[in-house]
Amino acid sequence: MIKVENLTKKYAGRTAVDNISFEVGKGEIVGFLGPNGAGKSTTMKILASYLPATSGTAWIGEHNVFSDSIKARSHIGYMPENVPLYTDMRVNEYLRYRGSLKGVGGRRLKERVAEVKELTNLNDVENRIIGALSKGYRQRVGLAEAMIHEPDLLILDEPTIGLDPNQIRQVRELIRNLGKQHTILLSTHILSEVEMTCSRVIIINKGKIEASDTPENLVAHMRTAGGVKLEAKTGSDDGVSQLKAIPGVKEVVVEPDGDWKTFQLRLEAHADAREAIFGLAVDRRWTIRELARQKGTLEDVFVELTHSDHA
Amino acid sequence: MKFLTLWNREVASFFQSSIAYVVMFFFLIAVGWNFQMVVTLINMQPTEITVSQGFFGTIFFWLPFLLIFPLITMRLFSEEFKMGTIETLMTAPISDWQVVLSKFFGALTFYIMLWLPTLIYFVVFRWITKSDAAYSPGSLIGGYSMILLLGMFYIAVGCFASVLTNNQIIAAVVSCVTILLLFFAGIAGGFALDVNQNLRNLVDYFSAIDHMTTFARGIIDSRPIVFYLSMTVLFLTLTHHFFQRRKWKS
Repeated sequence: MIKVENLTKKYAGRTAVDNISFEVGKGEIVGFLGPNGAGKSTTMKILASYLPATSGTAWIGEHNVFSDSIKARSHIGYMPENVPLYTDMRVNEYLRYRGSLKGVGGRRLKERVAEVKELTNLNDVENRIIGALSKGYRQRVGLAEAMIHEPDLLILDEPTIGLDPNQIRQVRELIRNLGKQHTILLSTHILSEVEMTCSRVIIINKGKIEASDTPENLVAHMRTAGGVKLEAKTGSDDGVSQLKAIPGVKEVVVEPDGDWKTFQLRLEAHADAREAIFGLAVDRRWTIRELARQKGTLEDVFVELTHSDHA
Repeated sequence: MKFLTLWNREVASFFQSSIAYVVMFFFLIAVGWNFQMVVTLINMQPTEITVSQGFFGTIFFWLPFLLIFPLITMRLFSEEFKMGTIETLMTAPISDWQVVLSKFFGALTFYIMLWLPTLIYFVVFRWITKSDAAYSPGSLIGGYSMILLLGMFYIAVGCFASVLTNNQIIAAVVSCVTILLLFFAGIAGGFALDVNQNLRNLVDYFSAIDHMTTFARGIIDSRPIVFYLSMTVLFLTLTHHFFQRRKWKS
């Protein structure tokens, strides 16, 4: 559905997107993840034919975004960041206008306006002026507008930003449902959102793609896959040096709590040191009150990949 | 089809933003007062000019005439840039030319809607006075054709000013100054007797007052028609060019 090859975008000497390539298959929901200013919006703007690339190519289906832009655009429903809308129009009016601009006409337009209003719960504000609507409703108008012409591909830039938790849940639900018929590329910096909605994640940082995989695989293949938490009384031992000697343990952080000590162990990928730790505790006569594996989260992956001093 | 959708939206947006009502209100007061004054003046002494000739010739005609263009055109592009709606607009499957032309013709449509009610003055005047002498179809056709031609030119200038900036005030100032310069260049030409003859001929082409006087007499000259149409095309081409340029900056 989307094919991007060696895409680069430079703004006045600054490189926003640096030679990236990726593909999105039909029916996928792909999350674009990255810190602010990583190049997510820029990439989306290029795919939506709003910005030209400095070099490289991009296709939507079989249409080149640069040389066959109008055809490419007709397959995309794009919702920009901050959802710009004509604030002096009414919701119905706006949806009809955008629908006919995207080539939906006659009776079909009427049907589609009714359908998208139903999907996004806009019926109770259909005759209100957009400028008088709250942020949550505007977001939904933007979403309704993006899918009015039944595009094959939805590109949503930060679809849940500025919404309250209930609205976020509704939008997420909506996106998941839309994913059954549409290919979706959405950007966000909310990690839980990606885990809940996306079948694949592309992590982008400083204009470069750092990783592209399912959320589960990303967590599993993380270099520091989670860790182990140990709370124990170690008597005369300091604990740290003994724990560090266990194979697979990369790092130990200790925090004293009266007689007790809390150890946070970082492990190598796929290592599970719990058995060895238990054996050690028995040998050294430590008292254990907690020994637990902590699963790696997408947040760990994100921090590891996008942290500024990672090599 | 898509052009009509865009055009329709442009015309409607004048009325949604209430600019339309404010501009219409003051414009019709000014132009109506101008008409009343011309009739009063002509009544004071014997004269050779008709009411319509007088109507298109006073300072009270030109002043509101020149001032409405910045008001009509300033928001055309600037507002879309400022609100960010340009992004949704240009990611819809429509071409840059469709957008430029729909904005131009949208503004032109509103401009024609401004002038249409003024035709009533002449109808009512004729009905009350029962006098054909004060009213000649040739003069009316000429005058209103020139209003249309000048309108196209100045609206194209306004489009161009609006595409340059996301600030409506700046767009209004740029178009106002440009239109006034073009207008006064024509007048200045009449005073500068000692300059190069070719330069004077060139400047004469810009003389809106001269063209209007000729047309209001009912004389349809093809040169101003060609001139204003080509200037309109020129400014719309420039507008289109700068509209595309926005893609290449930052």
